[in-house]
Amino acid sequence: MLDTFFNIEIMKAAWPILLAGLGNTLLLSATVVPLGLLGGLILALLARLRSPWVRWPLMAWVDFFRAFPPLVLLIFLYAGLPFIGLELGGFGCVAIAFFLNTGAYYGEILRAGIDSVPTGQSEAARSTGLSATQTMAWVILPQAVRNVLPDLMSNTLEVVKLTALGSVVAMPELLFQARQAQSLTYNPTPIVVAALIYFALLWPLVRLLSRLENRALRAG
Amino acid sequence: MSSWERFLDTFFNARVMAKYWPDILYGMWVTIELAVLVVITGIASGLLLALLRAAGIRPVNWLMIFVVDVLRALPPLVIIVLIYFGLPSVDIAPSGFVSTWAALALVLMAFSEEIFWSGITAVPRGQWEASRSTGLSFTQTLLFVVLPQALRMTIPPLTSRTIAITKGTALGSVVAVSEILGQASSAVSNSYNPSPLMLGAAAYLVLFIPVVVAGRWVETRFAWKK
Repeated sequence: MLDTFFNIEIMKAAWPILLAGLGNTLLLSATVVPLGLLGGLILALLARLRSPWVRWPLMAWVDFFRAFPPLVLLIFLYAGLPFIGLELGGFGCVAIAFFLNTGAYYGEILRAGIDSVPTGQSEAARSTGLSATQTMAWVILPQAVRNVLPDLMSNTLEVVKLTALGSVVAMPELLFQARQAQSLTYNPTPIVVAALIYFALLWPLVRLLSRLENRALRAG
Repeated sequence: MSSWERFLDTFFNARVMAKYWPDILYGMWVTIELAVLVVITGIASGLLLALLRAAGIRPVNWLMIFVVDVLRALPPLVIIVLIYFGLPSVDIAPSGFVSTWAALALVLMAFSEEIFWSGITAVPRGQWEASRSTGLSFTQTLLFVVLPQALRMTIPPLTSRTIAITKGTALGSVVAVSEILGQASSAVSNSYNPSPLMLGAAAYLVLFIPVVVAGRWVETRFAWKK
């Protein structure tokens, strides 16, 4: 049992491969989280426009990308775009897919956050002479983000976990590297180690979230 | 052929679509089967764990919290790969379908246990004390007084989490489950044409748009009023 799942020799051999994978996973996360946040911010700001010409298409857009499994979106871009002459590679496809998919989720969260800031705040800020942009950037958004911080963090956790999808389009991130090592050694130890790395990386965030969620429900 | 016609011929090729739509339809059936199994087993086991946690046996609870944390921290695809490629080494060889089902059900179990438990602890203590003093036993109080109030609070978060995990059925394509994405991908490589992907995308929208819209309605309908 130990020899199968926790084989020390194989761990030693696979370690550099897995470490390179971890580096790519971190790099990928550091790219897609800000991209998703940017997409979400754009959506949340557009949702401020009350015109039905903006609101209905926006709602359709968000529902569309929430209904689409992220892996389907990714495969769609990866397998479909080359047919119209666009070769974006794994990284480009992952970046676009995450921008669209996680942007929709971040957008919903930020919109709820902005809605939770009382209108008096923006009226007061405007009456002191701040412009609409300044009001949004310095008065509304900081309060909005604080109000929905647990949701933002929980979504970020999901996004980091989603980077494992990159393995399907041959991005050399942690899971991909682990599977390479596993097929070379005919031993599942590298996958077990990759799982341990994911756990070590994300456990603190999970613990923190679990506390925040419990506190929020008790206060509510 | 104009470029528009070429575009249509590439992405909406009627001949290719006519040939492969039965495959996609079969994939839809597999996706539905997988999703229903995951939702039922995942939520039922999550509820059982939350009730067990209410019994307050310390070592059991610590173990439960740890397992739930592990399942929340690992990407679902990693769990699927671990089951599908790892277990055969100890002579248990689950199929792709069983691996995907088990992995997603475990993840949903972990998340729903957390949600149910938060709901149970959010019911005011007075409710417990009042019903115990009327002569109800601990189990009766938990099942007939606390749980019904807790369940109502848990509906919005549980709905959105369940929808998110159900969409994970697409991950099954990685371990050769013939669900929508798997069927569409193999049709693309057989026909050298991306039209089956369009069909697959349409199949997902047909299945999940109603779910997302219904979820939105449920979240507003049962929103926790402060």
